[in-house]
Amino acid sequence: MAFEQVKFYQTGTFTVGNRLLEPELRSVQADTTRTNSLNSGHRACQGCGEALGARYAIDAAMEATDNQLIAVNATGCLEVFSTPYPETSWQIPWIHSLFGNAAAVATGVAAAMRAKGRETTRVVAQGGDGGTTDIGFGCLSGMFERNDDVLYICYDNGGYMNTGVQRSSATPPAARTATTPAMGPEPGNVFGQGKNLPEIAMAHGIPYVATATVADLRDLEAKVRRAMQIRGARYMHILVPCPLGWGHASADTIRIARLAKETGTFPVFEAECGEVTSRLPIRKRLPVEDYLKPQKRFAHLFGPEPATATLARLQALADRNIRKYALLEET
Amino acid sequence: MDKPFAITLDVGSSLANHTGSWRTQRPVYLDRIPPCNSTCPAGENIQGWLYHAESGDYEAAWRVLVEDNPLPAIMGRVCYHPCEGACNRAQVDEAVGINSVERFLGDEALKQGWKLTPPAAESGKRVLIVGAGPSGLSAAYHLRRLGHQVRIVEAGPYAGGMMRFGIPAYRLPRAVLDAEVQRILDLGVQLELNTKVSDIRRTMQEGGYDAAFLAVGAHIAKRAYIPAGAAAHMVDAVSLLRSMEGEEKPMLGRRVVIYGGGNTAIDAARTAKRLGASEAIIVYRRTREKMPAHDFEVAEAMEEGIMIKWLSTIKRMGEGTITVEKMALDDKGFPQPTGEYESLEADSLVLALGQDVDLSLLDGVPGLEKKDGVVQVATNMMTGYPGIFAGGDMVPSERTVTVAVGHGKKAARNIDAWLGGKQYAPAPKHEAATFDLINQWYYADAPKTVRPQLDLVRRQTTFEEVVAGLDVTNALFEARRCLSCGNCFECDNCYGVCPDNAVIKLGRGNRFKFNYDYCKGCGICVSECPCGAIKMVPEPS
Amino acid sequence: MLKQIEGSRAVAEAVALCRPEVICAYPISPQTHIVEALGEMCRTGALPGCEFINVESEFAAMSVAIGASAAGARSYTATASQGLLFMAEAVFNASGLGLPIVMTVANRAIGAPINIWNDHSDSMSMRDCGWIQLFAETNQEALDLHIQAFRLAEELSLPVMVCMDGFILTHAVERVDMPSLEQVRAFLPPYVPRQVLDPAEPVSIGAMVGPEAFMEVRYLAHAKQIQALGLIPEFAADFRKTFGRDSGGLVRAYRCDDAETIVVALGSVVGTIQDVVDEMREGGVKIGVLAIKSFRPFPLVEVREILQHARRVVVLEKTLAVGIGGVMSMNVRMALTQVALKGYTVIAGLGGRPITKASLHRLFADAHADRLEHLTFLDLDRKVVERVLDRERETRRSGPIAENILRDLGVVAARI
Repeated sequence: MAFEQVKFYQTGTFTVGNRLLEPELRSVQADTTRTNSLNSGHRACQGCGEALGARYAIDAAMEATDNQLIAVNATGCLEVFSTPYPETSWQIPWIHSLFGNAAAVATGVAAAMRAKGRETTRVVAQGGDGGTTDIGFGCLSGMFERNDDVLYICYDNGGYMNTGVQRSSATPPAARTATTPAMGPEPGNVFGQGKNLPEIAMAHGIPYVATATVADLRDLEAKVRRAMQIRGARYMHILVPCPLGWGHASADTIRIARLAKETGTFPVFEAECGEVTSRLPIRKRLPVEDYLKPQKRFAHLFGPEPATATLARLQALADRNIRKYALLEET
Repeated sequence: MDKPFAITLDVGSSLANHTGSWRTQRPVYLDRIPPCNSTCPAGENIQGWLYHAESGDYEAAWRVLVEDNPLPAIMGRVCYHPCEGACNRAQVDEAVGINSVERFLGDEALKQGWKLTPPAAESGKRVLIVGAGPSGLSAAYHLRRLGHQVRIVEAGPYAGGMMRFGIPAYRLPRAVLDAEVQRILDLGVQLELNTKVSDIRRTMQEGGYDAAFLAVGAHIAKRAYIPAGAAAHMVDAVSLLRSMEGEEKPMLGRRVVIYGGGNTAIDAARTAKRLGASEAIIVYRRTREKMPAHDFEVAEAMEEGIMIKWLSTIKRMGEGTITVEKMALDDKGFPQPTGEYESLEADSLVLALGQDVDLSLLDGVPGLEKKDGVVQVATNMMTGYPGIFAGGDMVPSERTVTVAVGHGKKAARNIDAWLGGKQYAPAPKHEAATFDLINQWYYADAPKTVRPQLDLVRRQTTFEEVVAGLDVTNALFEARRCLSCGNCFECDNCYGVCPDNAVIKLGRGNRFKFNYDYCKGCGICVSECPCGAIKMVPEPS
Repeated sequence: MLKQIEGSRAVAEAVALCRPEVICAYPISPQTHIVEALGEMCRTGALPGCEFINVESEFAAMSVAIGASAAGARSYTATASQGLLFMAEAVFNASGLGLPIVMTVANRAIGAPINIWNDHSDSMSMRDCGWIQLFAETNQEALDLHIQAFRLAEELSLPVMVCMDGFILTHAVERVDMPSLEQVRAFLPPYVPRQVLDPAEPVSIGAMVGPEAFMEVRYLAHAKQIQALGLIPEFAADFRKTFGRDSGGLVRAYRCDDAETIVVALGSVVGTIQDVVDEMREGGVKIGVLAIKSFRPFPLVEVREILQHARRVVVLEKTLAVGIGGVMSMNVRMALTQVALKGYTVIAGLGGRPITKASLHRLFADAHADRLEHLTFLDLDRKVVERVLDRERETRRSGPIAENILRDLGVVAARI
């Protein structure tokens, strides 16, 4: 595991902080001097997982780089809710160019820093899953392949939420979106793995790839820290539940992310140069239903006649992740 | 920097946008009462003292503890810890070993010589306490801390009451008892031994007392009619246990039968074993499930070789033998005679059938109501006679040391109010911190620490303490198993999980507050608070 | 220093003298030789301190340039044709963000049908993207305009597109006067960005702007271009002082003073037209040519001033605004508001069709005699198009127009 898990205390390292832990063992988020990179007053929905994930990640990156950080942002929820004229919520140097070019813009920033001999200033690019797995995929793949010194962070909420919840190539199978309605013989999104960006990133052989969720802050921060210790192209894929698009209670954002991990639906791991080096094991394995049921986008699976065949397929996908990443083994 | 209009913005300018206006409900911090606290008969703030123990500040923990109960080293040995039975952690893995941590703190206090806090000012009032048992000592302590002059009058030769005369030394070493009593006396509480109060009103009048708290206990053993031959050796458990405190140890013989099913029966049996009995047999008329004695005590007794004859009553006792009738439970669970008999060899029979109260000191006091052998008290612990309060085993309640201590505290607070011409109004009860409010995810798996026990042979033959205490490291571990139900323990979760940075961290010990300018009311802080110390309430319109 | 080199090489060397810090390269004909040369210079150290990035598309090329420029690096890229269209979104974005990127567009036709040869369709498609668009007549001017372009871009914080005719200039080996690094340094100050991504002074660049301010933002972009109308001649004059030759400016009029007929054109074709003008002048025809150097901003005043005394104007364009005619013509017309003269639009040289002196002679003679139609397609094979149109009137048939023409010409298999 990427961080020292302290189990001794009542909450150990599961909570954000812990008055019983030494300061260096606490999370960045527990620190009153954290950057709050994405500050109050942003216009994200109540309980937005992306707003949370972005602050978690960027604050950690700020800490890891001694505040020498520039962020590039793809178009999407995060950009729209954070920078509507005349107000920005960002506290760091930040640029938004287009939907599909965040990785390339970040390459440009990194190139400028290198040209100017200011390589201590690091670059993070960030975008949603649409801006990453779909429209920004070309630029992202190019950035990976050139091994540009950029950490790209995808905040995956499984769809185009900003435009009103349309399907992306990261939308999970069977999920209802505005463009994959819960109608017809096979309601919801098509079956398959979607575009598994973490694995595609690994296939590029880049030095670092990691997945994380907003439910495991310590793990997320440790991965950002690790990513910042490495030069070259790095990719982080953070699962950020969307109360609006997923149809869950705004208070349940973290719980849902936790269930995604605990059911094996979303494997949390890290890989270096194409090889998996660690994974966050499941603490208490749960059936996929536990993850699906609180979300309205899967409500059609639980009608008067439950879609048992579909549920079995979704369970099989989770089981496959568990096998593939050995998610039940203690590290 | 020459910033292009509208395209390039100054950082942090979104603070002008007060998103709090979106809110329809708001989170508020609260303290809920954890099940341990609400179950504790002594009203201890268990979560409160565990909180300090968790950080290794044992003196602070002890000080919070003794706010409610001045006898932690005793409690840590003899309390039947209903708190642990209620503990929410039991639903995660095992209950927190509250009792063991309490004992650790009590012992640590004795070891370190921590003193109780003396009163800040003298009230000039005098309170008489009759009985130096747990209830009387507790009342004395609390009244003294409230500034009153307190005098305890005790009929017996030592302070402690049933803690001394009812609880065997292998459960409560006398040095511990003496030390905790002395610490109370050190506050300036007067103790008069070997003095029986026979007329409470006269004693009060002569002593110029403004109020009295009666806690004489229940020392008269209940009798059952058992036909017995002249040579039969029969003794009651109360006398047996009391005589253990004297110079002469009682003679029970090799085969001892104990009649009864309460904790006293177990204590008597275990004492008999330690006095050299090769056989100690408890005869009880019902089954183990129905037995009032605590399960762990029954288990410990059985480990030590105590035998129990279930569903049996004693019909008669002859020389060296006892005739026992087998019983059967009826539909309602009551034992009914079967007409089947058997004999047990016995050198002596110990009757442990319960105790009655000697209420003679109240003779002639008007307005009192006595019922079922005990005196009735109002909710403020006052008897029907103004100024005379009562507690412990002499009032209707469960008879345990902890309940008695609780009575003492409650009576003290009411006496204090009464002396000031006021009505004691307890703080309104907080909402209960039920298990469903706990977010289990955040708690690490950590099974309960097992307290070491004395070697079995030594347990059977000596009066050394059976159960040892925790040491510093495992006491800390055990304290940290506390879920802190319903009370913020500063885990920083709310501070971290707010997507709107709408939680302000106030620094160690000062907890957090919400910044309602930005809080959108999503409720994540409530969901992710491990201990249920935040709740959503409707936004005031 | 005089050099006999290919136009692309000349541009590459000039760009290198401007000491860009980030260059993004993606191959597309006919600009490839430029980035190849620059890549080589980065490798050899001839262009020190420059990051040369082989991107995966033109969209990425412009995006990388955006990032680099916003981070304070002098940034350059080159493209053409489809490439320019592929990066279109980023092209608009660069100007919207006010980033002083310089880009060479080696002008080439846009498909379908795919065609690698020169016309101005690519640049013209981006005419309203907010970039400054300068057109070079010669290789020397192409070289010179790049040096001016960096200065202009950085002064205004606006991107500049230097347009040069693909193949005609890029691949032509000609003698050029290559300035020295010292000369370029004297003319082009170091890049001091107006706004920059810097942890020392964080800002958010690229906000979302709604109806309450969008008009103002666009107006300010326009105002900047208007400001460029003053700076372009100023820098051209300064350039002349430093380098001793005329290059750039807003427009260049040739023999227009007493001209009754003035031809307006862009790019390398101006040279050919100039020769025809000279020959016609010898025949007593009062004709001149006006070269537009800065298409954006469009020098309305200068154009009007020169054209208003003529009787007619012939706008010769290498772009077809399908469905209406000329692109530049519309701009010229705007300059001629309330000026009464005859106007002719001539579409010429599409997809690399040679514009010959002979054809121009015929064309201008017709124009001068007012025998020209309003919209003329120079050297259009009337027979072919008439045949296609006739047939289509008879039988409704879909399919690619180009293929159908080729079928009619018998180049491909007979129609099915």
